[in-house]
Amino acid sequence: MTDDLFVAGTTGDPADPADGPAGGVRTAARVAETSEGAQELLERPATPPAELRRELGAVLRLPEGGVLDPGDIDVERRDDETMIINMGPQHPSTHGVLRLMLELDGETVLRTKPVIGYLHTGMEKTGEELTYVQGATNVTRMDYLSPLNNELVFSLATEALLDVELPPRAVWIRMLMSELQRVSSHLMWMATNGMDLGSTSMMIYGFREREMVLTFFEKATGLRMNHNYIRPGGVAADLPDGWEDDVEVICETVLARTYEYDELLTGQPIFRERTEGIGNLSAEEALALSATGPILRSTGVPWDLRRTMPYLAYDQLDFDVIVGTYGDNFDRYSIRLNEIRESIRIIRQVAERMPPGDYRVQDRKVTPPPRARIDESMEALIHHFKVFTEGFRVPEGEVYVAIESPRGELGCLLVSDGTSKPYRMHIRGPSFVNLQTVPLLLRGGLIADAVAVVSSVDPVMGEVDR
Amino acid sequence: MTALLPEVPSAPGRHAAEVAFPDREHYAAQVAAYRDAGFELCADLCAVDYLTHPGRHLPDGVEPERFEVVVNLLSLSQKRRVRVRVQVPESDPVVDSVVGIYPGADAMEREAYDLMGIVFRGHPDLTRILMPEDWEGHPLRKDYGVGRVPVQFKEAPGPR
Repeated sequence: MTDDLFVAGTTGDPADPADGPAGGVRTAARVAETSEGAQELLERPATPPAELRRELGAVLRLPEGGVLDPGDIDVERRDDETMIINMGPQHPSTHGVLRLMLELDGETVLRTKPVIGYLHTGMEKTGEELTYVQGATNVTRMDYLSPLNNELVFSLATEALLDVELPPRAVWIRMLMSELQRVSSHLMWMATNGMDLGSTSMMIYGFREREMVLTFFEKATGLRMNHNYIRPGGVAADLPDGWEDDVEVICETVLARTYEYDELLTGQPIFRERTEGIGNLSAEEALALSATGPILRSTGVPWDLRRTMPYLAYDQLDFDVIVGTYGDNFDRYSIRLNEIRESIRIIRQVAERMPPGDYRVQDRKVTPPPRARIDESMEALIHHFKVFTEGFRVPEGEVYVAIESPRGELGCLLVSDGTSKPYRMHIRGPSFVNLQTVPLLLRGGLIADAVAVVSSVDPVMGEVDR
Repeated sequence: MTALLPEVPSAPGRHAAEVAFPDREHYAAQVAAYRDAGFELCADLCAVDYLTHPGRHLPDGVEPERFEVVVNLLSLSQKRRVRVRVQVPESDPVVDSVVGIYPGADAMEREAYDLMGIVFRGHPDLTRILMPEDWEGHPLRKDYGVGRVPVQFKEAPGPR
C-alpha cells in the first residue's frame, strides 16, 4: 500500500533529504500537473472553517447538532503532527479511480475528502444526443456491475412518459434478470471485499460464482456486461430455451456456496476483528447524508424500494428485507450476503410463476416488428426503419423513477420535449451519493481500516462519475 | 401543508407526482417545511436547462426561467415522494443552498454547480466535483459547444 501513498507534505521542499533541489522542482511540476486545486484536501490554515467542519465529518452540519459537537473540533490546530496523504486514484483497493485525501495523526484518520471525476465521461450529456432506443446502451455503462438495473430505470422512466403498459412476461423477465444481477453484483462485492481484507480465497470464489451468472446473461442477452437487454417497451429477446434449468443450477450452486462463505468469513475471528465496530454509522446520519441501500439498511432502517414502494411486480413476491443493527462493516457484509439468499428466493418464485405471452409491447410505434414480418409487410419495414433511425416520439413531460439497485436508490429524472431524444436525462447514482458517508465512516479510524470501509460502501466509479 | 402542494401531474398514471413550484426566495423555506413535514431524505437534486425547450407546462403564476433546480424529497415514514422545482434566471443563476437542511445535498449541489453553473448560496465548499478544476464552462448547458476539443490534457492546443 505504501507504494501508492504519495506524501503531499514534502512537495518541493529543498530541505527534504530525499528530495534534492532538482528533484524538488520535478516533484513540484508533477504536483502542478495533477493538481485539482480546491477540489483537494487543503492544509488546515488554508481551509475555510465551514469546509473544515464538513471534512471532519459531514454530519456536523446536521441542524439538530449531530453526534459531534462542532465546538469540540479543533479548527485552529496547526501543529506538525498531522500529515495529508493521497490514496489513489490508482490504488488497487479503491474500486476504480477513487482518490481519497486523508489527514492523518499517526495512523488515525482525522479528515477525509474523496476527490472524484477521474472517470467522468459526460454520459448525461451523451444521453441527450441519443434517441430513447439508443439510450439504454448509454446508461448501461454507468454502473458496470449492475448494467441491467441502469437499463431498467431508464426504460421505466421512458415508459412512464409514454404511458405504455407492459405485458406480464416482460415485467417478470425484468425481475428475473434484475435479481440475477443483484446476485452477481453482491458476489462481485464479496470478492473485492475479501481481497481488500486479505482473503484471496473469497476473491477467487466470488468471481467464480459471478461467472456462472454472467454466462447465463451471455446466453440470454448476447453479452456478459452492458447488455442493452432491457429496453423501453420490454426486453430485447425472450429467455433462451432451457432457461429454467440454467437458473435453477445457478440458484442451487450459489445458495450452497453462500454457506461456504459463512464458514470462510462470517465466523472467522480475523474477519470479524477487521469488520465489527469499524465504520459505524447511525440511522440519523445515514438519512441526513441521503445514504440508501445496504448502508441505510445496516443502520436498522428497513427501507427497500422493492418492498416499500414496489415497482415491476415485486408486491406479488415473498421476500425479506434484511436490516442490520450497528451500521458497521460487518452489518453491511451480512446484509449483502443475506440479500444474495433473498434474491435467490425471489428468482425461484419468478421462475416458477413466469407468465407466458409477449416479452415486449406489441405497439409498433415503440418496439420494432419481428424480423420475419419485415419480409412480408411494407408497413412492418417502415416501422422497423423508423424505430431504428428516428426513434419514437415521447410526449412532453417530466418524470422521476427510482428502483432499488444493489447499491441503493437508482433514480432517473427524464425530461422530454416531445421529440425522440431525451431533453434531459439525469441519473441519481447511489454510489455517488453514498460516497458522502466515507468521511464520516473513516473519522477516528485507522488508516489500515480505510480500505475496508471504502470497500463496504461499495462505490462503483462508473456510476459515481457518470 | 397541503396549501403548499399544487398537484401538478407531470407524468401519467402511477408515476404522477406531487410537485411544488416555490419561487427563489421561498425555495429553502419550502424545502425546510417539507423536512419538518416528515421528508427525511433528499433523494436527488439536479438542474435542468430549458434554453431550447419549446415550452413546458407550469402552473399559473410561475414565471418560466432558463434554469430549473429539481429536488426530489422522499418520506420514508409516509412512503411518499415530492418534487420541488424552482426557477432560476439565466442572468443571476443563484439559489439558496439546502445543505444546511439536508447535508446529503452537498455532492449533488456541487455537481449541479459544476455541470450547469448554478451557484448555491451558502454551500460550504462549492467547487467543481466531476470536471477538472480549471475547466471553463458548464458542460450540461444547452449552449455549451460539444466536440470542439479532441483531448482534455492541459497541454492540448486550442480553446477549451
